[in-house]
Amino acid sequence: MKKTSMNGYLAAGLILTGVLVLLIVAGYFWTPYDPNAMSVGPKFAKPSLQYLLGTDNFGRDIFSRVMKGAGTTFAIAVATVVIGAVFGTLLGALTGYFGGLADAVLMRLGDILTAFPSILLAMVIISIMGPGKTVNVVLALGLVFIPSFARVTRTAYAGLRDANYVKSARLMGASSARILWVHILPNIMQVLLPAITIGFNNAVLAEASMSYLGIGVTPPDASMGYMLSEAQGMFGAAPWYALGTGFFMVLLIFGVGLIGESLQRRDGEVD
Amino acid sequence: MSEELVLSLQHVTSGYREGGLFGRKTYQEVLHDVSFDVRRGEILGLVGESGTGKSTLARTILGMVEPDKGEVVHYTKRPQMIFQDPYSSLNPAYTVEWILEEPLRIYGKYDTAERKRRVREMLERVELPEEVLAAKPSELSGGQRQRVSIAAALIMRPRFIIADEPVSALDVTIQAQILQLLRQLRDELDLSFLFISHDLNVVYQLCDRVLVMKQGRIVEQGAVEEIFDHPKEEYTKQLLAAAE
Repeated sequence: MKKTSMNGYLAAGLILTGVLVLLIVAGYFWTPYDPNAMSVGPKFAKPSLQYLLGTDNFGRDIFSRVMKGAGTTFAIAVATVVIGAVFGTLLGALTGYFGGLADAVLMRLGDILTAFPSILLAMVIISIMGPGKTVNVVLALGLVFIPSFARVTRTAYAGLRDANYVKSARLMGASSARILWVHILPNIMQVLLPAITIGFNNAVLAEASMSYLGIGVTPPDASMGYMLSEAQGMFGAAPWYALGTGFFMVLLIFGVGLIGESLQRRDGEVD
Repeated sequence: MSEELVLSLQHVTSGYREGGLFGRKTYQEVLHDVSFDVRRGEILGLVGESGTGKSTLARTILGMVEPDKGEVVHYTKRPQMIFQDPYSSLNPAYTVEWILEEPLRIYGKYDTAERKRRVREMLERVELPEEVLAAKPSELSGGQRQRVSIAAALIMRPRFIIADEPVSALDVTIQAQILQLLRQLRDELDLSFLFISHDLNVVYQLCDRVLVMKQGRIVEQGAVEEIFDHPKEEYTKQLLAAAE
């Protein structure tokens, strides 16, 4: 009974995310119209079969722009999470497993970093590195995301440091690297995978916020946040712009959230 | 049983230092002047109440804790350990085959075919069917898991094994089977055991000699029949009375 509903979450999340990712990937190769071309249709056309999400003040096809813009956001979020997860797990594993002075110092440093709102911190980093470059957005967000991954993995590693199977591995003469990555890492996936899905969603929102504020992706590239800020100016004339873009983003977050939720619940069920 | 030794502890005193970056360091002495020998081929019991330092003794022998005074002398290569809870001592993420192969992989001198051969041979020795190789620990019964952890401890052919309460998590019929297996493996593979247990009945069934430990000291040691039938120390008498 219980198990079926878990699989329900996972299936729904995978289907929803799958469809959206398919659209996003397709957007890299093909969109119904050139997303940046003006006057592909009349200005402020309402959503129709021809223009699925209508057009904006330049007569650009919004559905094409959403496909393209979601692709930018998606790529930034994935890259951010990869940076955060890889370096965060590395730090968390080392500090959690070995403990000691480095652990105490790095974790307090993490506390200081997380005390700032992440957007603010990312803004500071971007202003140092120079705005207007997508790669800087990725680096800034990735850096900001490292402490949360480090914290989660540190706790997991510290909890398993003295597990009997880890002691056994040490007795057999396994190297610390082998213990960290071969013996322990597969056992912390239950906390790492949900953290990755949550991180992905936060990264989507963070990118959107930054682009909305004008410190993220710059025109003519579309991203969800940049499009939302564009859409705000014409909300009266073309509410479908904001609604279509926002709805797509909400669906993406919802789908990934469902996957994360099912992973988290499965974890609770196993142990 | 020969007089040849596999392990000798001489006046070992050992303890833990605790305290972090900002905390005051404290020292907790757990073992006081512990001396005993483990002879080749014997099963030496170690009994005492919980919290008396039995596990610290095991950790000291294995080198996880450095003795502060005295000496731990090993006459064999790397000893191995069998833990109480056979679930936590087997990595839940992997199959039995992976778990049994891992010590051989770490050792690094056997090719895949040789590793597989040794795994199957050991599986036979602990009387498990080949089907368990593809299973994960969570899919096995408690007795099967403990057989797997015994096999994992023995696969590198150590001569000396520390068994920390290896049957206390199992029910009685399975206990008897595992004890029988340990006795059999001792004879076949010429093993010596330090068998830690709070269960005096189990110690009486299995062990040749016994150490009685109280608050970090060995208060009495000798042949099992001698200690159990004619205990000299008051503490040993209390333990025996409690086990009746």
